[in-house]
Amino acid sequence: MDTRETPEQAELRRAARQLARELGPRTVADLDDAKRRGRLAEAVRDAGWLELRDDAGSGAPLASGVEAAIIAEVLAESVADVPFTGPVLAADLARRAGVPAVDGAVAAFAPDLIEAAVASGSVTEAPVYALDAASEGPVRAYLLVRAGEGYRLALVEGDLARDGADLTRAIRRVPEGAALLPVSDPSRLLTRDDLDAWAALGLALTSADLVGVMRGVLDATVAYAQQRKQYGVPIGSFQAVQHLLAEARCLLEGAFSATLHPAWGVDALAPEEARAAGRVAKAYAARAARTVCETAVQVHGGMGNTWDCSVHVYLRRALLSTRWFGDDAELLRQIARARLGAADGLS
Amino acid sequence: MDFRDSPAEAAFRTRLRAWIAGNNPGLPVSSTDDAYWARQAEWHTALYDAGFFGLSWPARFGGHALPPVFDVILDEELAHAGAPPRPSLGYLVQGITTHGSEAVQQRFLPGLISGRERWCQGFSEPDAGSDLAALRTSAVRDGGAWVIHGHKIWTSYSDDADWCFLLARTDPAVPRHKGLSAFAVPMRQPGVEQHPLRMINGITKEFGQVVFDGARVAAENMIGAPGEGWRIAMTIVSHEREPGEVGYVARYSKTVGDLEKALRANPRAASDKREAVAWAHVQAEMLRLHVRRRLSERLDGIDHGPGGSVDKLLMTWVEQTVGAAALSVAGSRAVVDRDDVALKIYLYSRAQSVMGGTSQIQKNIIATRILGLPTA
Repeated sequence: MDTRETPEQAELRRAARQLARELGPRTVADLDDAKRRGRLAEAVRDAGWLELRDDAGSGAPLASGVEAAIIAEVLAESVADVPFTGPVLAADLARRAGVPAVDGAVAAFAPDLIEAAVASGSVTEAPVYALDAASEGPVRAYLLVRAGEGYRLALVEGDLARDGADLTRAIRRVPEGAALLPVSDPSRLLTRDDLDAWAALGLALTSADLVGVMRGVLDATVAYAQQRKQYGVPIGSFQAVQHLLAEARCLLEGAFSATLHPAWGVDALAPEEARAAGRVAKAYAARAARTVCETAVQVHGGMGNTWDCSVHVYLRRALLSTRWFGDDAELLRQIARARLGAADGLS
Repeated sequence: MDFRDSPAEAAFRTRLRAWIAGNNPGLPVSSTDDAYWARQAEWHTALYDAGFFGLSWPARFGGHALPPVFDVILDEELAHAGAPPRPSLGYLVQGITTHGSEAVQQRFLPGLISGRERWCQGFSEPDAGSDLAALRTSAVRDGGAWVIHGHKIWTSYSDDADWCFLLARTDPAVPRHKGLSAFAVPMRQPGVEQHPLRMINGITKEFGQVVFDGARVAAENMIGAPGEGWRIAMTIVSHEREPGEVGYVARYSKTVGDLEKALRANPRAASDKREAVAWAHVQAEMLRLHVRRRLSERLDGIDHGPGGSVDKLLMTWVEQTVGAAALSVAGSRAVVDRDDVALKIYLYSRAQSVMGGTSQIQKNIIATRILGLPTA
């Protein structure tokens, strides 16, 4: 038992952090800089990070969930406006079904963003959403189609981007009645175990994203509290402010510790166990991130409530990552069902 | 990164699990009942004699010199079996190994680790709580001994203790942090009076109170150098109530397990109870994983720095979440029966944000020493 990152993982974290800081947005205005965004997307593609969960040739992924979680965390730390979790989850799904990954594809989610969209014939429960997709150009999303005891994959075309809460990740709508395009030669149906393992990865990556959001926004907020003066002294010298930030640091550390488990477990634990670990991590990280981001808004004072202050970029990113694969309330219901049995009547 | 047991860890876990199955004393959780404390010494020596205590401590003093993660396995297996947590002595061991002379280590560590000698800690005083450096207990040199006068409080289990790890003022002339020294004071002598305090949940062992009125301690029982007391105290408090040191994870997991059992038997339980227990499970799991992470990090070397304050605060939130869940599940039972276990667990949990350094002090430490915020 040793939960430390390997030297290679630590190096990956360092390199990815450097890249994300260099090419990620430094201000809210930077979000409109398409040239920068293009360079960032290219750098992420060139680094091979979108292929981390592709088939290594043996059916196993090229890299473990730990590497994927490190990248997710570090990108979120810089609120990097580049697709990562979406395409990586799609590639993971494709690998499990034994089909070649479709470049740039993501997974489709039902409107509650909790389960991947399941359809038959055409998209009937529309709209469904393709999350963390490219913001421009054509986009395709995997959809699950019931087939006997399991599911097979289909592809749908995404529609125009819609303005979601998150300013850093695009959401593409899949319109009602969208045709289901077959995928080439699926080698097998997806089972319940496949879906559990895949959801575990989704929970691990969205948790890691929330950890990154907390790291980034807390760093920015501590720096602000050191520099912003009132009554002639930095506001960070006031205990009322210090205690909010100290609590935020603890929440970040706890969420990070919990998130390591499903990130590792997605490849090492039984699927049901990995998903349970993901629910724990995500429920904790979601509540933690909400508090930490709200603290950041508060400590930034009036400016923290303005559009041009980047704090809301973190908060908005946390809102999407929280909802995606289930927010804390939904996950607690799932945990209760799994551990306590079904509720009867009164609840 | 690997959360799995290594072959050696797995073998240890198997051996431990078998031993617990045959030796679980079935004591109540430590927070609710003096019956736990009445038999804690017995439990300590049983664990020790079976080779399951002091796992990461030096072998020459009776420990097993294993990597710190073996303590995680111990805590997890105790929780799994519903057995009592291991005795919380890690911070005293850290203090003595870090600051004590070879002679002091040889004299005191074997008895402390084996449980043959019982210890308490004498730091706080009625007028020196969070402001520990304000302490006034004095130690005055008298030939080959020091003579102690003063009033110590929150000296948990002091009425069972053979020794007190005492912090006293040996030099009133120097600035207050510099005039303190640490001692191993024998408790079974004239001049040591016990005045136990009753906690809000009714138990009397957790909150001790001792008056030293001319108690004597041999000069060779000083731990560290004269005037080193503050530094020693800081080492100890950085580990005190650190979840990896005190083994409370086992207590929380056991309580959550009991609450889950109660709700599994009652599918009509209201959704707020189910949610409270699910959240307690999330919190307890987070702490279990956090301890795994922190003890894994110790493979790079132990750190006596401010990180323990983060751990303490996380542990406090877990304890109070679990306490609130117990109260929620109990419902009316907890208010119609003064001896209700859930009521006791809940009331005990409120002390966690005070004992071992208040949450406010931990936040001060995190803000200034970890986040680097300026002091006012």
